[in-house]
Amino acid sequence: MTNSWTDIKNADLVVVMGGNAAEAHPCGFKWVTEAKAHRGAKLIVVDPRYTRTASVSDFYAPIRQGSDIAFLNGLINYCITNDKVQWEYTKAYTNAAFIVKEGFGYQDGLFTGYDEEKRDYDRSTWDYEIGEDGFAKVDPTLQHPRCVWNLLKQHVSVYTPEMVSNICGTPKDKFLRVAQMVAETSAPNKVMTSMYALGWTQHSHGAQNIRAMAMLQLILGNIGLRGGGMNALRGHSNIQGLTDLGLMSHLLTGYLNMPSEAEPDYATYMKSRQFKPLRPGQTSYWQNYSKFMVSFQKAMWGDVAQASNDWCYDYLSKLDVPAYDILRMFELMNQGRVNGYICQGFNPLMAVPDRAKVTSALSKLKFLITMDPLETETARFWENHGEFNAVDTKSIQTEVIQLPTVCFAEDEGSLTNSGRWLQWFWPSATPPGEAKPDTAIMAEILLRMRELYKKEGGAFPDPVLNLSWDYHNPREPEPEELAREINGRALVDLKDPADPSKVLVPAGKQVVNFSQLRDDGSTMCGCWIYSGCFNEAGNNMARRDNRDPSGLGTHPNWTFAWPLNRRTLYNGASADTQGRPWDPSRKLLEWDGTKWVSDDVPDIGPTSKPGEVQPFIMNQEGVSRLFARGMMRDGPFPAHLEPFESPVQNVFNRRMRGNPVGRVFESDVGRFGNADEFPFFATSYRLTEHFHYWTKHNVVNATLQPEFFVEISEQLAALRGVENGSWVRVWSKRGSVKARAVVTKRIRPLICDGKEVHVVGVPIHWGFMGAAKKGHSVNTLTMPVGEANIETPAVKAFLVNLEPTTAPGVQS
Amino acid sequence: MNMELSRRGLLKVAGAGVAGTSLGAMGFSEAEAAVAAHVRPLKLANLNETRSICTYCSVACGIIAYSKGDRRKGERAELIHIEGDVDHPTNLGTLCPKGAALKDFVKSASRLQYPMIRKPGSDRFERVSWDFALDRIARLMKDDRDANFVAKNHDGLAVNRWTTTGMLAASATTNETAWATFKVAKALGIVGFDNQARV
Repeated sequence: MTNSWTDIKNADLVVVMGGNAAEAHPCGFKWVTEAKAHRGAKLIVVDPRYTRTASVSDFYAPIRQGSDIAFLNGLINYCITNDKVQWEYTKAYTNAAFIVKEGFGYQDGLFTGYDEEKRDYDRSTWDYEIGEDGFAKVDPTLQHPRCVWNLLKQHVSVYTPEMVSNICGTPKDKFLRVAQMVAETSAPNKVMTSMYALGWTQHSHGAQNIRAMAMLQLILGNIGLRGGGMNALRGHSNIQGLTDLGLMSHLLTGYLNMPSEAEPDYATYMKSRQFKPLRPGQTSYWQNYSKFMVSFQKAMWGDVAQASNDWCYDYLSKLDVPAYDILRMFELMNQGRVNGYICQGFNPLMAVPDRAKVTSALSKLKFLITMDPLETETARFWENHGEFNAVDTKSIQTEVIQLPTVCFAEDEGSLTNSGRWLQWFWPSATPPGEAKPDTAIMAEILLRMRELYKKEGGAFPDPVLNLSWDYHNPREPEPEELAREINGRALVDLKDPADPSKVLVPAGKQVVNFSQLRDDGSTMCGCWIYSGCFNEAGNNMARRDNRDPSGLGTHPNWTFAWPLNRRTLYNGASADTQGRPWDPSRKLLEWDGTKWVSDDVPDIGPTSKPGEVQPFIMNQEGVSRLFARGMMRDGPFPAHLEPFESPVQNVFNRRMRGNPVGRVFESDVGRFGNADEFPFFATSYRLTEHFHYWTKHNVVNATLQPEFFVEISEQLAALRGVENGSWVRVWSKRGSVKARAVVTKRIRPLICDGKEVHVVGVPIHWGFMGAAKKGHSVNTLTMPVGEANIETPAVKAFLVNLEPTTAPGVQS
Repeated sequence: MNMELSRRGLLKVAGAGVAGTSLGAMGFSEAEAAVAAHVRPLKLANLNETRSICTYCSVACGIIAYSKGDRRKGERAELIHIEGDVDHPTNLGTLCPKGAALKDFVKSASRLQYPMIRKPGSDRFERVSWDFALDRIARLMKDDRDANFVAKNHDGLAVNRWTTTGMLAASATTNETAWATFKVAKALGIVGFDNQARV
């Protein structure tokens, strides 16, 4: 989230699209209710289903799942055509005026440089013209035919209301009503917020869904303001934290990147990470990259990391593919190229698409280790549960070690919520049986492997033996020790560069925040963006001052928000080029002639002059990007793409399937179905009573929504002769499930490209362990396709067939 | 901890059946104090309160966990009740249908208690000691790492990749656990390392 949950009360218009906050995030959604009740805010919901969020909306528009880009480009087109643009913001704070290289173009659904063989783009024309002074060329008058604004205008011009309606199945009058409401927030004192979740991310073009809305928010001037922003609702309680801390194949902490084979040494790695400003006088904060990277290496390997050995750069793995992401690992596993797998609080047998493939892959492992507070289907993938897990136990040669861990009630530490608040919590219960904290298990694995390496030697033991593990009890590091490491400290006295007689931070003391980090080896810091969370003032994540002096939901002294306790990102854009707030009644930042004044931490240098230093300080341009240059694999502008399985063709290129650069493994090519065999269009989602596959273990929640069902329209029920409450079989190219049919008015057929499209809703939750009735799982049906940029499985849109059937034969 | 007297704190003072004089100090009239004296004290009054955060979604609602026994004093603590934390700025004391039933998640019948092993081809888990399980894991992992670690690529460049053992990390663990997990996985060279943020 750019903003926070409590900030949503400041919105004038809330658009929920690609999410269902009332159901999936009920206590956060109260801030939408608050905005409606006390500001007179309006709520728009755009969704294939009339969801519980839709039921309290002011306006609902149906949409075919996966067609959001067409809808959003249509909104951008509407705003441009009807001059509903926040012009001062757009001109000053976006790259609208930047001139794009000659040769860039878009035709037949593809951008310049597409290579069908490689399924990839040559992105060299997707960039700015650079002048002799090294800066990007701009035309502030927006007259240049190749300035970003004119290219954008041209790019979205095909997304007329008729085209949007044809692609999305949204009736034209409903689209126009949404467009008109959204466009009103182009007024400098009207603000819209976007709330989205997996309904946008789980597509092969997921990142472009989000970009399209971000671009719309930029031309409306809604980013950086109270009540505005791009607000990813997010999933698990610490999914934001694990992303920030880089527990991903391609990441290190704080959005530093894992090296690739193209970066043989540290100097080469840093060469492409200089982040020189592309416009004069701009901040380009990533210029500090080396300070964060060296401090990270010092946190990992302490004294061993020295300038003379490239700060142990070679201890890090160098990737030969963009990522060994979860889908790639299951592909390799299924090829017999993975021997061991550790599942810590993760249930891939239920969560990873194409369950038949997942079962086959897990069966090829030599060993599987699970760490979880609960039984999981994954830990028992080898156990036969009739049609709910029809495996041949004897033939599965995988050794499985199941380790019991503590759950939150027995643990202590911080969780980062979707609003980037790091909130500390304390333990209240004794763990059951012999359950251990995950920290102790990871420590034991490390220490026992170290012992073996010391005794026996083996493959490159250096990074393992030299890993900094200097804890009070190395067998169970304490949460506070780990938090202090994440914050970082001075390793020697840090002298003031302006006055070397002055010590800023004495050796061994915590740095106040990441502004004190250095790239000469004198500081260490586990995760730079979290620095400031636990400094010499103490554990800032444990602060519980809930006062809100502005009354606008800032709560500046409640726990700690990254970065630097900043509550609203890009808040420098909340003021005009003179430093005056766009809306004085929702003032966030104000220039007092010498400095920025705010109840938040300014997201711009405290004395950076408005109009000179632009507020998007992380970007080399200083401004935000309507044109993403070559930073995304599937285009600098979002363009409509169909899902890999779709009931209709892409109207811009009827030959094209899915995202032309979406990741598909060769072995999966045959696992796609077509609309003639699988005529209905399914989507997956979660119910308010359930949390993923966990609440199966809670008798209360298992009782509230007891049985696996699918939702279908009255029309589809009539077409297939299905009674409400009866059993249906739903099958895709990859598998078949049985479920109760819920026949509902909440889903209605859509007309897309002249064809009637029937939507089938399939909720997640059921499996074969826990207190709930056994049930089939949605991932039996879904496709193993990866999003083009980040390889997120595209499980929100897939083709199925459906017929009446009898109840599942095995009930235990 | 916030020392302001919250609504919840007020209930505790009143519910604990303290002397009428305190009730008087809080503005209760004598008649009300007399009634209050007959009201059975809240069952929760003598339990330990712990501030926590709901484990489910990333709204991260504040909760108060009530337990018998105090973990801070090294005692055995049993969770008795969970309610929303009215002092928390986001949820202001409310909980959703999942959060409201959170206690039954902690006390679920399918909570794991002991390390278990399922041998190849077997149809059951067997209980083992932690020592056995951890030694076995260290052995399996080291053997696989030693056999399949890619120290250098075809060009002789140090690449240090261990691709034959992967790990999925848990996005409901703390940042502190995540950092410890990150350190171990990345130091071992596990490149097939992801968490729920990918999906």
